[in-house]
Amino acid sequence: MNKRDFLKDAILFFPAAATLQALASDASATADATATAGATPNDYDATRHWYGMGVDINKCIGCNRCVEACKAENDVPEEPFFFRTWIERYRIHENGETTVECISSKPRPPEQTEQAEPVDPTVVRTFFVPKLCNQCAHPPCVQVCPVGATFQTEDGVVLVNSQTCIGCRYCIQACPYGARYLNPRTRTADKCTFCYHRITEGLLPACVEVCPTEARIFGDLKGQADRLVRFHRLNKINVLKEDLNTEPKVLYANMDGEVR
Amino acid sequence: MKLPEQVTRLGVVIAVIAAIVLLLRFVILPESFFSAKPHQAAAVVREMAKPIHHAGVAACRECHEEQYQEKYGGAHRDIACENCHGPAAAHAADENAPKPPKPREREFCLNCHAFDSSRPNGFPQVDPQQHNPRKKCLTCHEAHDPVPPKVPRDCAGCHGRIARTKALSTHALIECTACHTVDERHFTDPRGALPTKPESREICGRCHTADATDPQASESVVDMATHGGIYVCWECHYAHLPEGSK
Repeated sequence: MNKRDFLKDAILFFPAAATLQALASDASATADATATAGATPNDYDATRHWYGMGVDINKCIGCNRCVEACKAENDVPEEPFFFRTWIERYRIHENGETTVECISSKPRPPEQTEQAEPVDPTVVRTFFVPKLCNQCAHPPCVQVCPVGATFQTEDGVVLVNSQTCIGCRYCIQACPYGARYLNPRTRTADKCTFCYHRITEGLLPACVEVCPTEARIFGDLKGQADRLVRFHRLNKINVLKEDLNTEPKVLYANMDGEVR
Repeated sequence: MKLPEQVTRLGVVIAVIAAIVLLLRFVILPESFFSAKPHQAAAVVREMAKPIHHAGVAACRECHEEQYQEKYGGAHRDIACENCHGPAAAHAADENAPKPPKPREREFCLNCHAFDSSRPNGFPQVDPQQHNPRKKCLTCHEAHDPVPPKVPRDCAGCHGRIARTKALSTHALIECTACHTVDERHFTDPRGALPTKPESREICGRCHTADATDPQASESVVDMATHGGIYVCWECHYAHLPEGSK
């Protein structure tokens, strides 16, 4: 390239750069506009909420209706090993041994529904524990994401951006609660969102909506007279794996010491 | 030391390219171009735009106030409509959409009410094999307003053993009065007015002939003209627990 050609190209370049800048600022303005407009349909202000869930283990009857409602609401694959929420059966035996099984993974075959669950005489106590994403205030899954696809919203819900997620499974490994799975259709990580599309419309998450015994309570920890605040005030509360300092926002009442 | 001219020129080119890159990165392109915030905001918008499948009790109540009030007074008051009837947002948005299903099978009720040792103490449970295994729950219990068990006021109050036997049989759904005529006096003076027993074979013949309409009885169809001769059916068959029940 000689000097003449270089100058010609330079003359073309600078107006092009100016146009690019104009376009870029336009795009960022649009992005900001969608960010603000999109986050506030029905005047929804995410900064005024801090969502959590209460689970009363004494009330769970292990009916799996929450699991089915979640699958219907959130288009979770039907196969019995993809869950956003699931139920575990704990059995504490005479010799101190604790066995845990996920009753959502093996629904009883129809011919067995006519039989009562067999009673094991060596079991000292047994109960159901509903599990789901704990929506940690300090989420380990967010820290490990190499592309920033998973993040915490201003109202405290941990979401996955399925358009950015590369499906590397780091977050699935990092979650101490096993609450994430790789969606086989999208090939991206998926998890409980507290039914974000419902709660921002003022509805309850699907699992809370259908729970027949009110074992699950949904609410806003920033609310003044919220159900969850009352639940938090009137029960002995525990969280799962407190020693990890993840600060879960799923609060368990009447939780046995054996629950992990 | 004097640098060769071509090195100086190359240096200028590299400096210009570096200047352009830095200009692009820090001056021309806005900071939001590199921030994850717009991507996250876009993800939040996409998340919020997902379709709602469960309409919620409030939406059901708008049209089905009667059923809501019936449920509200009963033991099932805390159970959302869509627990049993399934996700119904499509039906709530358009009443011409397919109606939500009404589960009527025993399996559905037993999902919660079959005995399971892990269930909380005091939760109402039955042993499905002992508790009227041939009957649908809805024949005795109204799903919107289930009533706790009561002392039986009808025949089973005195004839409990027969009632429990019959409940296990293929004749579980047949009322006592289908075969027995009971005089009103029998309730106050049981031996003074005994109920009748079938005196002809026609009562059994209503179901157990080839032209009977009940499909369940078709497995035990007999030819009334040749079967049994002069005897009434119950002289050989025990109608409260007929053959084939178990």
